[in-house]
Formats: sequence, structure tokens, C-alpha cells
Amino acid sequence: MKEIKGRVFLFGDNINTDDIIPHRYLTLRDNGEIAKHVLENLRPDFVQNVRKGDIIVAGKNFGSGSSREEAVNVLKVLGIEAVIAESFARIYFRNLINLGIPALKINDVKKKFSEGDILKISIKNEVIVNETKKIKIQMCKIPKFLVEILEVGGILNKIK
Amino acid sequence: MTENSGKTIAEKILSEHSSNKTISPGEFIEADIDLVMVHEQLGGRIHKEYEKLELDKVWDPDKIFFILDHWVPAPSIEAAKMHQDCRKFAKKYKFKHDIGMDKGICHQVLPELGFAKPGMLIVGSDSHTTTYGAFNCFSTGIGATDVSVVFATGKLWFMVPETQKFSLKGQLRENVMSKDLILQIIRDLSIGGAEYKSMEFHGDGIKSLSIDSRMTVSNMVVEAGAKSGIFIPDNELVEWLKGRSISNYKLTMPDDNAVYVEEFNYDLSQIVPVVAKPASPDNVVPVSELPEIKIDQAFLGSCTNGRLEDLRQAAQILKNKKIHPDVRLIVIPASKEIYLKAIREGLIEIFLNSGAIVGNPTCGPCFGGHLGVLGPNEICISTTNRNFIGRMGDITSQIYLASPTTTVASALKGKIVDPREV
Repeated sequence: MKEIKGRVFLFGDNINTDDIIPHRYLTLRDNGEIAKHVLENLRPDFVQNVRKGDIIVAGKNFGSGSSREEAVNVLKVLGIEAVIAESFARIYFRNLINLGIPALKINDVKKKFSEGDILKISIKNEVIVNETKKIKIQMCKIPKFLVEILEVGGILNKIK
Repeated sequence: MTENSGKTIAEKILSEHSSNKTISPGEFIEADIDLVMVHEQLGGRIHKEYEKLELDKVWDPDKIFFILDHWVPAPSIEAAKMHQDCRKFAKKYKFKHDIGMDKGICHQVLPELGFAKPGMLIVGSDSHTTTYGAFNCFSTGIGATDVSVVFATGKLWFMVPETQKFSLKGQLRENVMSKDLILQIIRDLSIGGAEYKSMEFHGDGIKSLSIDSRMTVSNMVVEAGAKSGIFIPDNELVEWLKGRSISNYKLTMPDDNAVYVEEFNYDLSQIVPVVAKPASPDNVVPVSELPEIKIDQAFLGSCTNGRLEDLRQAAQILKNKKIHPDVRLIVIPASKEIYLKAIREGLIEIFLNSGAIVGNPTCGPCFGGHLGVLGPNEICISTTNRNFIGRMGDITSQIYLASPTTTVASALKGKIVDPREV
């Protein structure tokens, strides 16, 4: 898997799928249209500022709530290449992996990351380098089974 | 865990559906799916994902339960187009169980029609798929890509969850409901307190909980992050299944030496009416500790609390009374079957005479879709499962989650009140 390099967008605990993409936009059906509303309740300027390669960092229980996969797909549409959190809600975790976006569990994120930090992530070496803070963060071991899904860019490519 | 330790219900059902018979928590397995439930997500994302696989069939058209329930009947052109995409897909792949849009909410209709049987492994494109734990199933919510994988292969990967054991004793007091119990449990665990775990419900206390009441509990375990919330099977369940001529199932008990990661005890007689304040289902306090909170809307319905027992208890409180003039009360039975029974029992007449608006079975208001969307700064007391910011409408509106009795008692008074005082 290629190295990921991008800026940090930092969020708190318990960011739910209604926060990420409110249900009222789900009938729009066009991914680009839906993606215009990502996280608008919490940070109305998020969509304007986010760039390809950026990384979301959050606290506990990221992605709780609904099973709507739009809440992961819209991040993909906006170019988010990894999500780091202290913990993930289980359906959201599955949806990230299944769509080929690394979901990385890291403790004490606030001590290790600030808004705008530049990170370099190597899944292969299981390490995150915070270039802004000049620190190296070791990831927990990612099960081989999940790495295989990420390597091919999502589970549908694996079963094709 | 040693080789000799026994299995919890979740471990048993997962191992019986996998080639790996000695599974233990934390392990990744591949399991055979008995049934997959899909709703409007089919037209939202699933059909687009599945078409990428370029397959001309699904693994088993007999094991797919397809229903429209979120936006029914369509409140917008966009929703109508979504329904068209769903129906087209269901026809193309020859689904055997296209339930349509007149029957009600997925989590109510699926068990009513006999699709949830003890011992089954069920997945669905909705987080509240955990509801079938009341029927001794391992059931859980998945996303659109996972559904596509099931459509193609009939299998899915799982991480075997650890299990938390909940022992219940005693009996709920009058006008206290199982909604109060599960809200109390979510408060005690916090909203991430059961992340990746399976909850298992035991004890003499479950005998006093009807199947309707158990469904409310299993429905909301996901608000604590749980993967499933499974009840021990008992005579009440067997009688319920017999009443609907449902046969060919496997009651699944945990082993005596099953290993639980945590154990909790609840005395049902000590549970009091509670609400979850905005904007998290674990922000729970007893109604008696609230300051005066005036309400604009009250909603009785949803996959959490739109069942016959809920409507009966609510009607008992509303009988021969009028709701407060500043409040809108919306009542939505969870299914057509419930709606018809409520008509025959005179419940619908009681609701209408009290000043309520009765809507057709749908998920509608729960997610701010239609039939009762909240305006700026409005406050709603609701029997639903989530009170996140903007969930039912404008982002400045506020939702208090409560039981059916607390909800309708509050509609009478125009403010949130303890149903035992009305």
C-alpha cells in the first residue's frame, strides 16, 4: 500500500453518522451532491477546506449510530485517505475497511495530533510520522486479513 | 479463554455458521448468512456497489428480505426515484421476498412474518437489526458494501465479540417500561460501553418482559455500541413462535461455563421513568430530576416503540383526555398488523379523540425524513432511539428520548412529566 500523506482535521469523541452526513441528504443519490454536506452541523467550513490526502483524527467511538455507508463514502469522495481514532463504532469500522480506507486505532490522540499537523502513514511498516510535531507513533498490529482488504482498495475488489 | 471453556450465545451461533468450531473472542471468522434484510439502502448505495461485481444473479434470492419503510409513501421525487431503483433491482435479481411498502417498519415486519427464528444469523442494512436478539438470533447491522458481499457470496467476515452478561430480576412497576430499562443500561455503560461486544440477557426478570418489551431492549443495544443483544430463549418466546405457526428453529442457550467479559445485575422493580436528554442516548436522568421542560411535539412510534403493547399503554393514559393545546402528538404504529389490531381494539379512536395525528407505518419522523419534521428550537419528546443534533429536523431542535407512557403523559401536560403522576 502506498504511503499516505496529509493534514489532520481533529474532532472530539462520539462523532456520529448523523453528524457526518445527516439523513435528509441521503435521497440525493448523487455522491458528489451528498458530499457537499459532510460534517456541516459541526464544522460548516469542512468541505471547503478539505483536500485530497487529508486525514481525520478523532476521539472515542467515531462513527456511532446508523449503518449508512454514505457516511464513509462521502469521506472517500472528498479525498480523505485515512481515519485515526481512539475507537470506532463497529459498523463504521467495517464500512471504512470495506471501502479501502485505513481505520487506525491510536490512544490519546489529543497528545499526539493537533489540527493541521502533517502526517505520513505507512500501513506496511505500521507507523505514523507526525512531521509537524516530529514524533513517530507505532500503530497496533493490523490483522493480516484487514490489510489484505486495504491493499486491494476494498473488499469488492477482493471477491471480484 | 481455554479450550474447555463454554460458549456464550453469540459465540455458539457464530461458530455454528462458520467452519471454525473453536472460535474465541477477537478472532476473525467467515460465517454463512441465513438472511439479509435490505430497505431503501438498496436504492441508495447497495445497487451501485453490487453492479460493480458484474454478476447476473445473487447467491440466494430466497434469503433476502426486501422492504421499503423509511420514506413511505415517497415524500419527494428523489425518494420516489430511490424506490424505483430498489424495485428494479429486486425484479432483476428475482428476490423471493419483496415485502413492498404497505406492511410497516422492517424490524417489526420481519419477525411478524416469521423470518426471525431462534439460532439464526441475520444481517441487515440498518443498525437496529439488533432487534431480532429478542428472538434469540444473532443479528447485526452492516453497510452497503457488506450487503453486496452477502448478495454475491452468502458469507461475511466477523470479529467474534466478547459478551457482557445482564442478569435481570423482579418486575417493572406500573407505567415503567422496558424503554426505561434499556435507557438506564445505556446510561450505565455509556454510548461506547458495549463497543464490539455482544450483550446477553438472562435471569428471572426476563419472564415478566413480553416479546414486545424485549424487542425494545434488543433494538437499542446498538446505542451502547453493541454488535448484538440476545435474550435467553424461554417459554414466552416458544409460545409467541407457536402463535404464529413458526417452526424449524434451534433455541440457543449459552453453556454453563461460558466466559463473560463483564456481568451486570438489574432489579426491574427499581427502574424508574427516565429520559435521555439531548444530544446523546446515554445522557439519561430520571424524569423526577428534570426542571420544567415544555414540549412542542411528542412522537409515539418507530422500530423502538411502535408496537401493540406500546400503543395499549399509551391509550390507557390518553383515554377520555385531550392533549395540551400547544403540543402536536404524532402516533405511528410500527406495522400494518399492529395498526389493524389497534383499530379493532379502539386504540386509534382514543388517539384521534385525544388530539393526536395518526400516520401510516413508516420510520418517517425518527430520522427527520417526513411526517413530523422539527422546526428551529422546537423540543420533542420521542419514543425513538437517537437524539443526536438535528436528527429529527432543524439543528437547533432538541429531542428527549422516553418510553411510550412518559411520552404521551407529557403530551397531556405540555411538559415532560412522570407517567405515574398523570
